[in-house]
Amino acid sequence: MPTTEKEPLGEIIRESQLWKSVFRHPAPIDRRNRVVVMLTNFFLHLHPVSIKKQGIALSYTWCMGGVTFFLFLVETITGVLLMFYYRPTLEWAYNDILALRDATSLGILRELHRWGAHAMVITVWLHMYRVFLTGSYKPPREFNWVVGVVLLLLTLLLSFTGYLLPWDQLAIWAITVGSNMARATPFLGHEGPGHQLFSVAGIEMITSGSDARFGLLGARFVGEETLNRFYVLHCIAIPLAAAFLLAIHFWRVRKDGGISGPL
Amino acid sequence: MHSELKHITAVAPFLGSFYVVLFLLNAVMAYYLWHYRHKTAAAIFWMLIGGVYICVLSPLALSGHASMVPSMPEFIRNAADRALQGTMGAVVYSSASFLGLTFLYLGRRFFVKWWVAWSGLNLALLALGLSMTNQNFYSIAAKPDNVPIVGLVFLLGFFTWLGTAKAVENDDRAERGLPPTEKDDDEKVLVWPDLVYTELICMIVLTAVLLVWGIGLKAPLEEPASRVKTPNPSKAPWYFLGLQEMLVYYDPWMAGVVLPSVVVLGLMAIPYLDFNPRGNGYYTISQRQFSYLTFQFGFLVLWVTLIVLGTFLRGPNWNIFGPYEYWDPHKVEALNNVNLSQMFWENLLHRPLPKAPTGASGGAMALVILEREWLGIALTLGYLVLLPPIMATTVFRRFFVKMGFIRFMLMSNLMLMMMSLPIKMVLRWTFNLKYIIAIPEFFLNL
Repeated sequence: MPTTEKEPLGEIIRESQLWKSVFRHPAPIDRRNRVVVMLTNFFLHLHPVSIKKQGIALSYTWCMGGVTFFLFLVETITGVLLMFYYRPTLEWAYNDILALRDATSLGILRELHRWGAHAMVITVWLHMYRVFLTGSYKPPREFNWVVGVVLLLLTLLLSFTGYLLPWDQLAIWAITVGSNMARATPFLGHEGPGHQLFSVAGIEMITSGSDARFGLLGARFVGEETLNRFYVLHCIAIPLAAAFLLAIHFWRVRKDGGISGPL
Repeated sequence: MHSELKHITAVAPFLGSFYVVLFLLNAVMAYYLWHYRHKTAAAIFWMLIGGVYICVLSPLALSGHASMVPSMPEFIRNAADRALQGTMGAVVYSSASFLGLTFLYLGRRFFVKWWVAWSGLNLALLALGLSMTNQNFYSIAAKPDNVPIVGLVFLLGFFTWLGTAKAVENDDRAERGLPPTEKDDDEKVLVWPDLVYTELICMIVLTAVLLVWGIGLKAPLEEPASRVKTPNPSKAPWYFLGLQEMLVYYDPWMAGVVLPSVVVLGLMAIPYLDFNPRGNGYYTISQRQFSYLTFQFGFLVLWVTLIVLGTFLRGPNWNIFGPYEYWDPHKVEALNNVNLSQMFWENLLHRPLPKAPTGASGGAMALVILEREWLGIALTLGYLVLLPPIMATTVFRRFFVKMGFIRFMLMSNLMLMMMSLPIKMVLRWTFNLKYIIAIPEFFLNL
């Protein structure tokens, strides 16, 4: 029998039409293709081709920005799955969470989402801490630091709006305490200094039914309107804003010449 | 007493495995020291410490007998409770955290030594384990939503140590005329495989951590929401507890709206105010003392320690309780805080507060209020308007010259706003001062 040189299986797969149609580059096993893969792969094109050694040293970067982004993805995926089970109404919100706890086997969806959210707040702070300690906000990255501060704020607001959704005692009282502050907003809160300036012919325009807190809650107290409002903010508005700013944040990291150091 | 015993029996298996983890930590450290650093004596020492965990503490805890499970000695618990409870507790806690961090900063060359840091970690974890047998401590520290904050404290401790250690190393090198260690890593490497694989491993590790956390600790779910049953204490989510703590010293319009806005604006302004070109892209402390200290004061002293205070020590009626104290909702703290205007008119001049006659016009009322509160208004204006120019011509002269008028004014006002919190705290503790300016007629209390 004539012996033919058999190609290794990996080679056969990588040479197939199917493989080549999905990946636009050969396997990254030599220097040339390790460069090519970064340039031609959609998911990898966020990265540069090469990077200063310091930029990948864990003891320098703490990896906290990356961890935060990963947690953002975890929150998105578990959040979408939770939306399958959850209805934001007074009738159903609490019962749906109960069912999620008691009726789903191996259900740790809510745990992953909640602990991931807590962890995300912590990792954002640690990321900011590292960026500060290494002076990475200094020119040319001033503006990216500003974007980062807005992202920090959005992370807190995401967590805050999500806190209400289980509709238990913990939820509504934490949100009540948190949103009571809005009552005292200068000029725009009905218990804030200066709100009397907005009165026409002795009739006050800023009341408990028209002030900043009412705008936030959609009512005079944390009720069904608030639940709906926070649900929409939590699942749509803030994630979209965060995703938009994340894109800018990452793009600026690339354009400003890496994560830190002068250009 | 009976429930206390039941609690210890219930928590004993957890503590048994906790001490096993502590043993493993020290064993890994000992192996690292022996194998990679060739420090045999140190390796034996930490192995012995680990031996105490696995041969003494863990079996005692696993025995499950309430009297055997190791717990924090009573005199330490009593001392901690006595020091940290009540209004004095806030003074002791805040002063201790401020002095402690100052001490850590000044002695940073000592504290970044690996064996000092490692001893600190061991002591902190041991104290945590020993305290867990106390029912009151456990019910707060092990509350599912508080677990992340316990984690935050340890993570911040670790990363502060790491950042400081690298900064100290770089500062030492700078003194010898060497570039920072980061500059040694200036050569470039390919992102595939070096970075891509690191990211992949990070993601896998993190997924594992989340899964274990999710399986081990159930997300809290309390009774269904009820607007008529107010829990005592009512707490904001943990990351806003620093703001809630400010409510003790400021009215909601300051603590909940103005100061948080100033914090956000101040953070955004940092890159435009810090004109120091050094320390760009490497850890250093001595090359940027001012910005480093300002940030650490705001972040560690004012933000993080207040969150820890609000989470672990603030109990019913927003009273401060010792870490091992029972949260008694009936405990009453006498509050007799007075306004500055009362101090001035009643205590100093022995006259009643100026009061507008009933039915006075708006203008007349405003004049009376101005007369009543003139001292507080003058002090506040002096603080915000007079201090910046004084700072510019004295201690911050060099800053003013470098920064120019607008940037200096922004920086000095942000700093004054930040310092207004500790100033108000100290005034409250020393003079029982309630408001510097009290104009309840217009909801304008400061």
